[in-house]
Amino acid sequence: MRRRFDEQLADMHNNLIEMASLIERAIARATKALETQDAGGARDVIASDDIIDDKEKEIEMQCLNLLLSQQPVARDLRQISTALKMITDMERIGDHASDISELCVYLSGQDYIKQLEHIPRMAEATAKMLTWSINAFIKNDLELAKTVIAHDDIVDSLFFNAKKDLIALVHDDAENGEQAFDLLQIAKYYERIGDHAVNIAEWVIFSITGLHKGSQVL
Amino acid sequence: MNCFEIKNLDLFYGGFQALKKINMEIEAGMISAFIGPSGCGKSTLLKTLNRMNDIIEGCKITGSVRLYGEDIYNGADVNLLRKRVGMVFQKPNPFPMSVYDNIAFGPRTHGIKARCELDAVVENSLRNAAIWDEVKDRLKKSALGLSGGQQQRLCIARALAGSPEALLLDEPTSALDPISTGKIEELLLTLREKYSIIIVTHNMQQAARISDSTAFFLHGEVIEKSDTKTIFARPADKRTEDYITGRFG
Amino acid sequence: MRKAKLKLSERILRALTWAAAFLTASVLVFIVGFIFIKGLPYLKPSLFAWNYNSENVSLMPALISTVYMTFLSLLAAVPLGVFSAIFLTEYSKRGNKFVALVRVTAETLSGIPSIVYGLFGMLFFVNFLKWRYSVLAGAFTLSIMILPLILRSTEEAIIAVPDNLREGAFGLGAGRLRTVFKIVLPSAAPGIFAGIILAIGRIAGETAALIYTAGTVAQFSVNPMESARTLSVHMYALSNEGLHTGEGYATAIVLLLLVILINAASAWAAKRIGVKK
Repeated sequence: MRRRFDEQLADMHNNLIEMASLIERAIARATKALETQDAGGARDVIASDDIIDDKEKEIEMQCLNLLLSQQPVARDLRQISTALKMITDMERIGDHASDISELCVYLSGQDYIKQLEHIPRMAEATAKMLTWSINAFIKNDLELAKTVIAHDDIVDSLFFNAKKDLIALVHDDAENGEQAFDLLQIAKYYERIGDHAVNIAEWVIFSITGLHKGSQVL
Repeated sequence: MNCFEIKNLDLFYGGFQALKKINMEIEAGMISAFIGPSGCGKSTLLKTLNRMNDIIEGCKITGSVRLYGEDIYNGADVNLLRKRVGMVFQKPNPFPMSVYDNIAFGPRTHGIKARCELDAVVENSLRNAAIWDEVKDRLKKSALGLSGGQQQRLCIARALAGSPEALLLDEPTSALDPISTGKIEELLLTLREKYSIIIVTHNMQQAARISDSTAFFLHGEVIEKSDTKTIFARPADKRTEDYITGRFG
Repeated sequence: MRKAKLKLSERILRALTWAAAFLTASVLVFIVGFIFIKGLPYLKPSLFAWNYNSENVSLMPALISTVYMTFLSLLAAVPLGVFSAIFLTEYSKRGNKFVALVRVTAETLSGIPSIVYGLFGMLFFVNFLKWRYSVLAGAFTLSIMILPLILRSTEEAIIAVPDNLREGAFGLGAGRLRTVFKIVLPSAAPGIFAGIILAIGRIAGETAALIYTAGTVAQFSVNPMESARTLSVHMYALSNEGLHTGEGYATAIVLLLLVILINAASAWAAKRIGVKK
């Protein structure tokens, strides 16, 4: 029954997984470049953003094609519309990875005013959230999607702590001000990545239950 | 308000049970769709609503069907019931007579003879069925000369001529092209306010497009009935989901 | 190879169909031509004299008797046949034993040679009921003969009316009676009239069954209890005597025209009553 449709859906899932792994790699490499002050690595991340954008376009086309040709209803409709919403957030995450890399290039010539401490942990946490939310979508795992949303609290508190540290540094020495702003911006990007992962998880919950943030959208 | 109330309805064709313990309320002033695979009982249930099953030999019915509270199987006049509950069939079936006589057939059956009264009924029904402009110049010509889509709207007009309370449609567009289908769907949406409409359809998109409430049938049972949006966005039953997404085993 | 073969068989088949059609048409043309050539010279006004005598061998009384006989036979057989057919198709239940019996009877009756009807008519109407040789005895015998034909053709015509028309009528609250008379019968009319036309053909062509029931008196009388001869019987008598063979052919021409006329009239009536397209 509907074998071709199921194959096309599986194909779309694979593309989503691919896009997610591209993004995870971009985050990891941006973070690594940030830690090692590797301007070349950071430039690579910026260049690779196009690949992510292409992937987004491809999945978008696939979804619209499925809507057109299969006129999906119920679970199929929810899955495809969820995928359409998800890739927007995923693409934004990719953008943030290259935003971080740009700042990394800028900061590569100067010594850090402090040992990076919270930022790598934020990177780790947000990468996890992204992986989980994609997995939750593929496996229709409601619990995992909820875990992603809960995990955002960790990212938020890391951001709060990073901000507190940076404020203290500026307080100590106004000279630290410029770099502190840049580092805060980087932390904010990670925090935004977490928010996008939460958005994705919320749409995954819609895909599974038909409810988005607890209310009917269909 | 409920147009139909069906309680514990069992229907047998000889030894075969076509409907099993159907309990359903069909609200007035709405379009209700019956969907399900062939042989699931949806058309059979539709036909119990104006007792068209009476014609079929060996058909036995237990339970009750109420039309605005009135039991249609106990002591009701079948012919009057069928005037109150009009029916449109899968294949357009205009009688081999003029457009005018087709529409006037029902009213004449129920004793309207006066020419001016008939004229008014014919015009009104044709207008209601959105086909007046197409046939007003050929009322005296045979209805068989109309296109398939026009014939089906004529059949709707013919059913409306009895000023029914409910209109039953058994896959009314399955023999029509998409444009004629679109016209019929538009028409049904305009009729919704005045008549309770129940439509059996194999076209899932059609049910999703025009109906307010949808019931899914399987093996003579109603698996799920709820508002159309819910059925098509997040059906409660796995079998409903499998059927509407085309993964029916 | 295969293609060429197919083409050849196709050609042969086409040739055969054409040959069959041509043969059928030419037989008809030959017979009609033969009758006209033989009969036309004898088609004189005296042949249409009001009264028959052995001099003018007028066919006028026989002509009128034929129409009269046809009318009476149909009058008896058509209502009976049509209403039986309605009962068998619309009112009786499917698989009813009585219906099956009636059908078998009708089929058997339609296979019986007309001379058997003639003998029955003679024994029953002429002798037992003491109607003597009379138009009525002839008409009744003929009506028994054509009854199965009308019954079967009406039945077929009614069965051929699509069920969705009946559904449509029932769905509008029409009862069975109204449905049958307003929807089913008008739709079946062409088929019923086709049966009637066939029946007229049999009546017009019948001799054996009439010689023993209606007799061979060559005068017309409005009184159906009198003996009379139809055109066919008249022809039979003329050729039997051997004195007026030419007039016999002339009579054949008239009979031919009469049958065509009656058929045309029936077809016209069918169009008027039946489906208007």
